[in-house]
Amino acid sequence: MATPSRMIRRIAVVTALAAAPLHASAETTVRWFLSESNAAETAWERDLIKTYEASHPGTKIDLMVMSGEPYKAKLTTALQSPDRPHLFYTWGGGVMYAQADAGFLKDISAEMKGAWASSLSSAAVEGLTYKGKVYGAPTRLSVVSLWYNKELFAKIGLDPANLKTYDDLLAATKAFKAAGITPFAAGGSDKWPLNVFWECLALRIGGKEAFLSAFNRSGAGFDGPDYLKAAELFKQLIDLAPFQRGYAGMTNPQAAGLFGDGQAAMYLMLNVGQIIQRTQSANQKGLEDRLGMMDFPTIPGGKGNGANYIAGLNGFLVTKDAPPEALDFLRFLTNEANEREAAKRGYFIPATKGAETEMQNPYFKQLTVQLSGAAYLQNYYDQMLGPSVGRVVNDTSADLAAGRMTPKQVGVAIQEAWDLER
Amino acid sequence: MAAWSGARRREAVQRNGLAALLLSPAVLLFTVFVVLPMVEAAWYSFYRWNGYGTPTQYVGLRNYWVLLRNGVFSSALLNTAMVVAVSLLVQLPLALGMALLTAKRFMGVNLFRTIFFLPYILGEVVAGLIWRFVFDDSFGLSHAIAAWLQVEPPYILADPDLAIYAILAVVVWKYFGFHMMIYIAGLQDIPREMQEAAAIDGASRFQQLRHITLPMLAPSIRLSVFFAVVGALQLFDLVMPLTGGGPANATHTMVSFQFVFGITRMDIGFGSAVGVVLFVLCVGFTAAFRRVLTRRA
Repeated sequence: MATPSRMIRRIAVVTALAAAPLHASAETTVRWFLSESNAAETAWERDLIKTYEASHPGTKIDLMVMSGEPYKAKLTTALQSPDRPHLFYTWGGGVMYAQADAGFLKDISAEMKGAWASSLSSAAVEGLTYKGKVYGAPTRLSVVSLWYNKELFAKIGLDPANLKTYDDLLAATKAFKAAGITPFAAGGSDKWPLNVFWECLALRIGGKEAFLSAFNRSGAGFDGPDYLKAAELFKQLIDLAPFQRGYAGMTNPQAAGLFGDGQAAMYLMLNVGQIIQRTQSANQKGLEDRLGMMDFPTIPGGKGNGANYIAGLNGFLVTKDAPPEALDFLRFLTNEANEREAAKRGYFIPATKGAETEMQNPYFKQLTVQLSGAAYLQNYYDQMLGPSVGRVVNDTSADLAAGRMTPKQVGVAIQEAWDLER
Repeated sequence: MAAWSGARRREAVQRNGLAALLLSPAVLLFTVFVVLPMVEAAWYSFYRWNGYGTPTQYVGLRNYWVLLRNGVFSSALLNTAMVVAVSLLVQLPLALGMALLTAKRFMGVNLFRTIFFLPYILGEVVAGLIWRFVFDDSFGLSHAIAAWLQVEPPYILADPDLAIYAILAVVVWKYFGFHMMIYIAGLQDIPREMQEAAAIDGASRFQQLRHITLPMLAPSIRLSVFFAVVGALQLFDLVMPLTGGGPANATHTMVSFQFVFGITRMDIGFGSAVGVVLFVLCVGFTAAFRRVLTRRA
């Protein structure tokens, strides 16, 4: 029932929203964009909003939650409008650099000092720094692992501990195929879940040097021998038809659900995979005790075999014209208590110092140890190389998997796109 | 000209002044929302520009050069051509057939017209999502049908070679009702006496269709061809929810290519070059179409 007073209130809200920039003093709305597919975590974040709003009358937090690719597409468009979010989820890297160069972001170096800065992992803060300016606050770290189904490994009589090299992985893939088990679940329509294979291979083969040489244009490029080898080795896996049927039309959450339902033996994914294989599974439980985790296999003679990981960080960037309340909310969001609580609930690997002591999630606990002892962390290519080349990188892996590109063309296409970025 | 008296000249000026005044809102809107953006896009297309601030990095024709060599763009062009072809060769004959069947008055005719027209009323995104579920071979309708027939589901949206046909089928399903309505309206304008006279003279049903109905329907057909082609050139919002241009960028149309490669990649200069090409194609078609029309008339 729309009573007159409610109607008036509705009209008032609409008018207030339309005139928000003019009447910031009356009520401030902080627009917050989040990419997430864990409903429990979103519910917790909504609770945080309620807590914050209760103690800060006059401030409203307007949360918009999307997930993965749709989020990235929406964000790019939204940033170019005057209604851009004040705080938004980021993966850092070249996409963030492009956003900063474009002038979308607010320099918060002055605020990112003292207790707030020292409570956060300094490497993670560094990850949200560009040309000496800090543009946001990190909340979490992420790292790629090879997740597997212990039960299915047992079924074909394979001990995961013996899966050490990439050749072992190819052999295991063949064994799974022979047993009628889907070796890998992958969300091919999102493209980056396929690119992760290429990233892991490139890291193992060429290590830090290959990436920096191509990135800094100081030596061999993305069409160089190490990247060619990575594409060729990925092609060897592709030729075994390792993915579930129809993988090219499935999103990452769909693939996670498939893996969580026990319908595929392996799943190469960031640590968030541990959560979404549960939340996207049919019974909401996922693999539970059957879930195993290991590093991506090594490549004999490779330059990045040791404690090298494909890893990244996430946080929230502040956009230009964001009200001071946005920054205040960000400080609240990333404070130690909240980060500890998230760690305790096992939502993510926090970027706050010491929060891991609360960690209940055994996988994340182990990954935290790995991250702190890492020799080199390679950020995701699709973030590191910026919005344009990053998409080309993802496209090449999808095209390679679909048989529409040769391994040689992969490197050439990436280098061509990278050359256009000068 | 010298014979023009002052009064007549004043009258003409007044009339032109009134015309200018009455036209100005439309001209203003058209200039601000159509002409200016087009000129701007043409200008942006010579720059490498991420869409923010003022373009400064002039790259000449590089965007067009990259576009020409882009394999996805050629496949997007081909896909768009396929949409045009299917619209003209499958959708319009189907719409005409349905119109001929439902133009007559009989029990339940309105029900059929409504059913055929309903897809057109649905929002494009809604229709796309519905069909994504229909084609979903893991949980959707296609999965259920395949399970019932005890065959392997085809995973049509995951197949780079087949996915475009799924889109074509949805395009026909979505828009044939609209063209059917155009034809029904046109059919109702044909005087019944002509059909009756032809019937009395012994014309068969096919002869009536060939020599009376189709010629009399020509204006409606020209209109619907125009809508079909322009609509096909602009096809976007049905593709995004269905495939998003995938798998492996195999199902892009020109507009979805422009969105994905221009806007989401923050490459507005490149996207503008795509827009210019699309604009030239649309204007070229319209001009050619008008020429054909005026020649006929």
